[in-house]
Amino acid sequence: MTEPAEPQRITPLRETLTEPQTELPRVTTGGEWGRYLRVFLTFARNSLIRDMTFRADFIFHCISSIAWTAMNVGFYLIIFRFTSMIGEDTGWGQDEFFLFLATVWFINSLVQAFFMPNANEFSELIRTGGLDFALLKPIDTQFLISFRRIEWSALSNFAVGLLIAGISLHSLATREEAAFYPSPLSLLLYGFFVACGVAIMYSVMICLAATSVWLGRNQSLYDFWFYITNFSRYPMEIYNTPLGRPLLGLFTFVVPVLVVVNVPARILARPLDPRADWELPLAVWACVATFGCVMFSRWLFRHSLKSYRSASS
Amino acid sequence: MSLASHLPPIGIGQRLRIWSIIVRTGLSERIAYRGDFALGTLMRFLPIITQIFLWGAIFNAVASDAGAERDDSQRIGGFNFPDMVAYFLLTMIARAFSSMPGLASGIASQVRQGEIKKYLIQPIDLIGFLLLSRISHKLAYYVVATLPFAFVFFLCRGFFVAGFPPPHVFVAFLGSLLMGFLIGFFLEASIGMISFWLLEVNSLLLIFMLFSFFLSGHMFPLTLLPESVASVVNLLPLKYLAYFPAAVFLNKIPEDELATEMLIEAAWLTFFIVACRFMYSRGIRRYSGFGG
Repeated sequence: MTEPAEPQRITPLRETLTEPQTELPRVTTGGEWGRYLRVFLTFARNSLIRDMTFRADFIFHCISSIAWTAMNVGFYLIIFRFTSMIGEDTGWGQDEFFLFLATVWFINSLVQAFFMPNANEFSELIRTGGLDFALLKPIDTQFLISFRRIEWSALSNFAVGLLIAGISLHSLATREEAAFYPSPLSLLLYGFFVACGVAIMYSVMICLAATSVWLGRNQSLYDFWFYITNFSRYPMEIYNTPLGRPLLGLFTFVVPVLVVVNVPARILARPLDPRADWELPLAVWACVATFGCVMFSRWLFRHSLKSYRSASS
Repeated sequence: MSLASHLPPIGIGQRLRIWSIIVRTGLSERIAYRGDFALGTLMRFLPIITQIFLWGAIFNAVASDAGAERDDSQRIGGFNFPDMVAYFLLTMIARAFSSMPGLASGIASQVRQGEIKKYLIQPIDLIGFLLLSRISHKLAYYVVATLPFAFVFFLCRGFFVAGFPPPHVFVAFLGSLLMGFLIGFFLEASIGMISFWLLEVNSLLLIFMLFSFFLSGHMFPLTLLPESVASVVNLLPLKYLAYFPAAVFLNKIPEDELATEMLIEAAWLTFFIVACRFMYSRGIRRYSGFGG
């Protein structure tokens, strides 16, 4: 150890961190991926059992998140009473915008179902020293703390998103002016970029969670998350003003939350051809940004674990 | 009934001393984490930035629908673009007064866990204690939040096109903020009192918060609602938590209706004070505490 002044009991922890799995026997067959998949399915099953134990609570959570969605839909229905579009000549009319909103809902519900409860728990693990047990398990720590709990009730918003998307697509296909069906390729690309969006949001969350190792406690994790992702919830054209362009640049290239919803929603809301000349580079950038975010957050997370000092005993 | 009623009455001097101790304890509780606190306050303005851009885009589209350039003549629900931004900034002030994080759930958990019995045996009134601690928390909040608020309002001064309101409107604005604080307190305390009957009020509270977010005017000015809905929402007390103070400041309440509106607000406040007191006195009769 390079810092002799540190307490002795930290040493074994650090060793498990750097060389976690070499000594441990492989108990299962079917390869590394199969093992992770089985562990994940066990987590999913446990969470479902847990949710079903408190069924009234589960149903209530579903109802309240659907009510929240209904209020957002209501808000935009009110806005579209006064205007035909969000932003001048942006193409975000009512049908297109509701597709955008459905995309926001898909991505948020996935993040809330799979990652949010775990990230919240993570800062608690740091504070109480419970992370020791996670570090000692013969499995990747980031995997373990990212997927341990699944909040199934958050997926009710995914269903609502499907409903909103279904209605808007139907309306787009049957309207009098410029009606169209999205091609199978659009749908495929849409699914791909929604997955990219979820990955970017997950990375932002892991970065925020990693900071709680240094801060000791990160009570306002959810607040931070909300304030940052708040920028992703609207079409990026609204920032296209002299004052907004720095923000547009910041949230597209540095913290790329703007591509999360904008890229997939844009693919589905218009026919694939013709497209403005900046849309293809933006989609390519979304792929690059996803890769970069995942790698960076992984690096930051592993780096932060090195500063972890157990809080127990 | 509470044991406290059998004790000799406390003089006004002692009572003031108790009150000042409660306030001072609350203040020091809050000032302890001032750095985190100031940062949190400043962060709360971030959503305003997106709001400004969103409404800018909406007003641009409204102007272009009408075949005009955007200026201050386009109005949505009686608000032009600068009004709208000023509105959202002012509702932040209103919410700083009327929001009561943790009040109802705190009462509920005290009832559930039996902590409430300490108010039954000590000569301290639960509602009074909670009100005083809330006042001290709010005071601490204003001390820390004044600077970030002043900074943001200074940056956004251009949106207040009508300038500062005349003195009597400003007095009404201050009055509506103060009553907003008290309505927020007694309304949420009443919800907390329900826990004497239903042990679990968190779900009820969540529903209330959802409705309050939508119908208090926190999300958008209530004048944007369709006529039929607006007429019902205007009868509810929720608008005093956000919409009303902002509308008063921006002169959106006609001068001749201002006094009546303030009286209605005072009536709602009285109603919630009585409701809260009544439920508390009924509640502790039902309540039974066990153990030490």
